[in-house]
Amino acid sequence: MRIKQLLIGMTASVIAVSSYIEMAVADLKFPMLVYRTGAYAPNGIPNADGFVDYYKMINARDGGIGGEKIFHPECETGYKTQVGVECYEKNKKDAMVFQPMSTGITYQLIPKATADGVSIYSTGYGRTSAANGKVFKWVFNAPVTYWDGASIAVRHILKQNLGNIKGKKIALVYHNSAYGKEPIRTLETLAKKHGYKLMLLPVDHPGQEQKATWLKIRKARPNYVLMWGWGVMNQVAIKSAASIKFPMENFIGIWWSGSENDVLPAGQGAHGYKSLTFNAPGTDYQVHKDIKKYVHDKGEASGDGSHFGTVLYNRGLFQAMVQVEAATVAQKIHGTSKITPAMYRDGFENVNLTAKRLEELGFKDFAPPFKITCENHGGSGLAAVQQWDAKAKKWNMITEYMYGDSDVVQKLIAEDSSKYAAEQKIAERCN
Amino acid sequence: MSVELLNFIETVLNGLMSGVMYSLVALGFVLIFKASGVFNFAQGVFALFAALTLVGYQTGQVPFAHLINELFGTNYHNWYASMPNFLAILLTMVTMIALAWIIERLVLKHLVNQDPIILFMATIGLAFALEGVGDLMWGSDVKVLDVGIPSGGSIWLEEATIGLAAEGSDYYGMYVDVLNIWATVIAVILVVTLALFSQYTKTGRALRAVADDHQAALSVGISLRSIWILVWAISGFIAMVAGIMWGTESGVQFSLSLIALKALPVLILGGFTSIPGAIIGGLLIGVGEKLAEIYIGGYFETGALENWFAYVMALVFLLFRPQGLFGDKIIERV
Repeated sequence: MRIKQLLIGMTASVIAVSSYIEMAVADLKFPMLVYRTGAYAPNGIPNADGFVDYYKMINARDGGIGGEKIFHPECETGYKTQVGVECYEKNKKDAMVFQPMSTGITYQLIPKATADGVSIYSTGYGRTSAANGKVFKWVFNAPVTYWDGASIAVRHILKQNLGNIKGKKIALVYHNSAYGKEPIRTLETLAKKHGYKLMLLPVDHPGQEQKATWLKIRKARPNYVLMWGWGVMNQVAIKSAASIKFPMENFIGIWWSGSENDVLPAGQGAHGYKSLTFNAPGTDYQVHKDIKKYVHDKGEASGDGSHFGTVLYNRGLFQAMVQVEAATVAQKIHGTSKITPAMYRDGFENVNLTAKRLEELGFKDFAPPFKITCENHGGSGLAAVQQWDAKAKKWNMITEYMYGDSDVVQKLIAEDSSKYAAEQKIAERCN
Repeated sequence: MSVELLNFIETVLNGLMSGVMYSLVALGFVLIFKASGVFNFAQGVFALFAALTLVGYQTGQVPFAHLINELFGTNYHNWYASMPNFLAILLTMVTMIALAWIIERLVLKHLVNQDPIILFMATIGLAFALEGVGDLMWGSDVKVLDVGIPSGGSIWLEEATIGLAAEGSDYYGMYVDVLNIWATVIAVILVVTLALFSQYTKTGRALRAVADDHQAALSVGISLRSIWILVWAISGFIAMVAGIMWGTESGVQFSLSLIALKALPVLILGGFTSIPGAIIGGLLIGVGEKLAEIYIGGYFETGALENWFAYVMALVFLLFRPQGLFGDKIIERV
């Protein structure tokens, strides 16, 4: 009797598991590398919620992409590079695209994904020179890169100083990791071009203690401070800047140093702090209405729904939308809804998010239009400056979307990607 | 006075203040180690948990709200708008005492007479479990902690010192964060209270007896279990104070648990069994790392010496005085 029961149980389990696998194989698989735990969870959670809510909305509203449901298994990385690589290995089979959400993980995955034929989408982070599609066939980092970001920040400073920043001091406070070091080369090149003095101030993980860094800033009195921070480093830096009475309007963070989480702990002291951004905050968009209708109102919100409309949640929506759009384009190109990872990559390389298309997708005025081509995987290179209003507790966009210094950035991208191509023996394509 | 000298004094002052913040964490380690021989790896998570709980009480957050809502389809998040700071701190203290009692009942009681390494492993497990429970109870968002302690640069000190530099020199006055001054005052009060408690109360004497010799204390009728609960509760209270100070500075978030790593070199330097050692060790580490970062950091291409230099100091000390500055002397009988 017991053996019979055991056999029935085992058979039922096998059927259940195989039906799950079948479902996973049939669907379009978008694995998610997330960090909902650990030191960086406050940033990882809203971003991951944005992704999940968007995928759920597409599944509920449109029945998936071209009729194929989105399967989005999550793997917890804790923002640790080694764990991120393990997550990739575990989920790479039939995966359309990976969004590593960490520059360190992205660097590790670039050669692996290239060999495996899986797309990597590092939205506004990762290896900047991956914008060169001629070398990095499987990697996309649109709509804007860190080197664009660095030059946009300098452009903003130039505008404030009527085009002359010769002799000015600009400090870079950066996370002492692959991510934080990305803009250094661009800022050094721009320093030679514009004659400003660059001061480099690394902060070790996690950045809970930065007293010495800000004492240095207080002594050196730079005219501007740029920040490439993440997690608690941002909050401590903004609070420390307020504490030494550094003029907050001269303190500019990259787009990963500009969420509500970063400024709220500093209270009124954070008033006037600026950051770059490539997407708008808020909930006044069609996509939010659809998510509310098809996901939140049905009690299906990812998490408790409290991050709805925040900067990082909206960024998650944007990232997920681009990934879904790439699948739609791939289905059109290849005339089938059942696309392979290679077909998906073709789709990614032909994404053209015009203003009209963004409106159709519910993202009107949410982000500037951009296009990905065989040569250019980095997109438009546009970003705007937003400023924190501590009284109203909201971010306000204070500039139009603007380009960086493409002469400098493109030259650096060409140099770095050529070096990588030579190292990896990659023949340039798109010729 | 030369600006260089004034800047040097400012760096030392700030190092001392940072050191006090490290000492606050190290104190909790010392108390538990002294009384029970357990190196409590979870002390940093204690600080995090206390700070999370305090903010939770202050803001009326429903504990385990996410879990409850998920299981029962409800939509509970807050049950009141706010609670006075004093009451919230009091309730947090009660929670930390309850936590000490639970830890004794569920973990320590079952590990009496086990090797120190087993107890250490248990506290590692405890750290991860408590971090998970904290996440489930209060969520992972960054929380703003405000118990009314002022923060920001001291204007008084700045104005009082600006005239010390030679006339015409480019000097803006000395900088010290008011929050750190508060932390120093609180740390002094804590240490004095602990000293008075252990010296002049019956329980305090029992605590010292257990710390000196478990077996002897047991033989005169001191309940080891009650003392353990008491010690863990006191270190929970110290963790709460550390959590308040660090949480006010950076917001309450899960990276707060990593402040334990800041306490390790302090313990190596000051000794695992000495309360004055935790204070002096903290001050030395604080000053050492700030001086290193500011005066030597520039010579290193990568910079950011602040974190690892503390461990270099501790390592050097370890080589010459393994028991730390004030630790019990290690006597090996052959």
